[in-house]
Amino acid sequence: MREITYAQALREALREEMKRDESVILIGEDIGIHGGAFSVTKGLIEEFGPERVRNTPISEAGFVGAAIGAALTGLRPIAEIMYVDFSTIAMDQIVNQAAKLRFMTGGKTCVPLVLRTQGGAGRGNAAQHSQSLEAWYAHIPGLLVVMPSSPYDAKGLLKSSIRDNNPIIFIEHKLLYATKGEVPDEGQEYLVPIGKADIKRKGSDVTIVTWSLMVRKALSAAEMLAEDGIAAEVVDVRTLRPLDTETIVESVKRTGRCVVVHEACKTGGFGAEVVARVVEEAFDYLDAPVLRVAAADTPIPYSKTLEDWVIPSEADIVSAVRRVVDG
Amino acid sequence: MESREKMLRMYRHMLAIRQFEHKAGDLFTRDAVRGSIHLYIGQEAVAVGVCSALEPGDYVVSTHRGHGHCIAKGGRLREMMAELLGKATGYCKGRGGSMHIADFGSGILGANGIVGGGIAIAVGAAFSAKYLKNGRVSVCFFGDGAVNQGIFHEALNLAAVWKVPAIFVCENNLYALSTPFRDAFAIEHVVDRAAGYGVPGCRVDGNDVLAVYEAAREACARARGGGGPTLIEAVTYRMDGHFRGDPCLYRSKQEVEEWAARDPITRFRAKLIESKVASAEELAAIEDEVRAEVEDAVRFALESPDPSPQDMLNDIYA
Ligand SMILES: Cc1ncc(C[n+]2csc(CCOP(=O)(O)OP(=O)(O)O)c2C)c(N)n1
Ligand SMILES: [Mg+2]
Repeated sequence: MREITYAQALREALREEMKRDESVILIGEDIGIHGGAFSVTKGLIEEFGPERVRNTPISEAGFVGAAIGAALTGLRPIAEIMYVDFSTIAMDQIVNQAAKLRFMTGGKTCVPLVLRTQGGAGRGNAAQHSQSLEAWYAHIPGLLVVMPSSPYDAKGLLKSSIRDNNPIIFIEHKLLYATKGEVPDEGQEYLVPIGKADIKRKGSDVTIVTWSLMVRKALSAAEMLAEDGIAAEVVDVRTLRPLDTETIVESVKRTGRCVVVHEACKTGGFGAEVVARVVEEAFDYLDAPVLRVAAADTPIPYSKTLEDWVIPSEADIVSAVRRVVDG
Repeated sequence: MESREKMLRMYRHMLAIRQFEHKAGDLFTRDAVRGSIHLYIGQEAVAVGVCSALEPGDYVVSTHRGHGHCIAKGGRLREMMAELLGKATGYCKGRGGSMHIADFGSGILGANGIVGGGIAIAVGAAFSAKYLKNGRVSVCFFGDGAVNQGIFHEALNLAAVWKVPAIFVCENNLYALSTPFRDAFAIEHVVDRAAGYGVPGCRVDGNDVLAVYEAAREACARARGGGGPTLIEAVTYRMDGHFRGDPCLYRSKQEVEEWAARDPITRFRAKLIESKVASAEELAAIEDEVRAEVEDAVRFALESPDPSPQDMLNDIYA
């Protein structure tokens, strides 16, 4: 199979869905000739024109609200928020408006909106450009939260998200855009279902549950652990809401051990939700406490020494796994 | 005419910004600076013109393109450069980087990574000045892009209703990243919005340091005299990309060349010589001094230690 980058995979998903359905439009800052801060929309304004690729002023609350209004009235907008950190500016529109409109109106309408954004640390972008805010959105009934880790999942999940009738927070990772992976040729259509986890590596000793960039770190940690004879299974949840509890719980029932890994800081992180579900549904199968590997409870610092210390590393994952395996 | 001393200080500050930014850009290209860096090259007359009208105790709220504001308000090059290199000796101990430099002792309440993030904060600082009757003014720098954030509207209205000593300085450099002014506004000028808040406004050539200074002086006098806020639109141009490494697909070479011909430093230098404020030799001496200062800052930054992760859990809460 051919290999393409995560950014290319996303672009293909956008292009294919825009070709398939005229009601799909893009809205966001610098998504036109500049091609978006991470080049995902590069070439799309040339192909689809400025009516459908709508470059906006810097007005996150305004254009997210406009995307909601367009979604209520027949379009399928994809709004791009350059950094998830800036989604805070559109919080009322996302949380009080988009998430609740269907429910509040007795199911009389729906908001088919995809909010594409990116988060995460690792590039020295410091405290206001490096956050992992997925837990905030996963906490809101009415929103779906999707966080793909590979080019294949990115393309398949973005296409599914565009076709879904709910508001979806689609969070990419800034360090994933340049990563490559196998993706079927253009024209060989496939979708990845929302709400289905994926076992990225099989193993019988411990289940590592994770998402986004941390899937890659967990996979290399699993590689290191294999050298010591520890077989780690890596479950990529892919979507946080809905969460595929079944796949996670089945895995833990087989391995008897669980470590949850995420890049967001630990307190109030989504890892707590995963641990709670494992404890609620697989307590009797557990041979060790369930551990979380997460960022330190600090804003993200600028300097590399500090940033590396705050963000979970492969070594942190390895040592947590050793703790639950060795007891 | 302003005193010779004052004008030479303006020249020195403009040069310091220019040279600091060139060095910072080089260090970014050499991977010594992380993340992204937004240089102030071409806009020096705005920061220097405005800050020359301020007193040391006055406040400045800055942006992602903030190095110039910091230098103009009296920030020290060593601590700034060390911060850009993420060192323990930097203004923020390496935690903040380019977009978060602050020096509260010099009245610099901080740069900002969020477009528009500082506008209301400046209103709060102006309110405290009024409440505490300390005679200070609060200057808020922001770009044309920030004017389309909702917070701009809320903050200007609040400042006007409270009649606080705030000066809103919009640096209209004609682009917000790739978006040209005409694509983001259906009005001619930013300053047209002033009337909507009942605030006096003025539009100046942002590449003419003395024109900016005059506008700022008038706004300061109004603010200190209890007359409330002013909106200044300073029209200028950034000569570098939005960030270092920006391919600048959205603007023409010709446009860049036209603005290069209006370079604020070249213009001010010619004016100083023409009006006999200083000779070319005297100015060259200042240039050498500034170059040495910037080099000293780079050396200091490179030789400084990295911060220690041991302190990471400190200073999250007071
Ligand atoms: C809330 C928010 N939205 C978007 C960005 C990304 N961004 C950073 S600077 C910038 C352009 C700002 O333009 P302007 O205000 O005119 O300032 P200039 O860069 O021209 O100095 C953008 C879009 C951001 N940092 N914060
Ligand atoms: Mg601008």
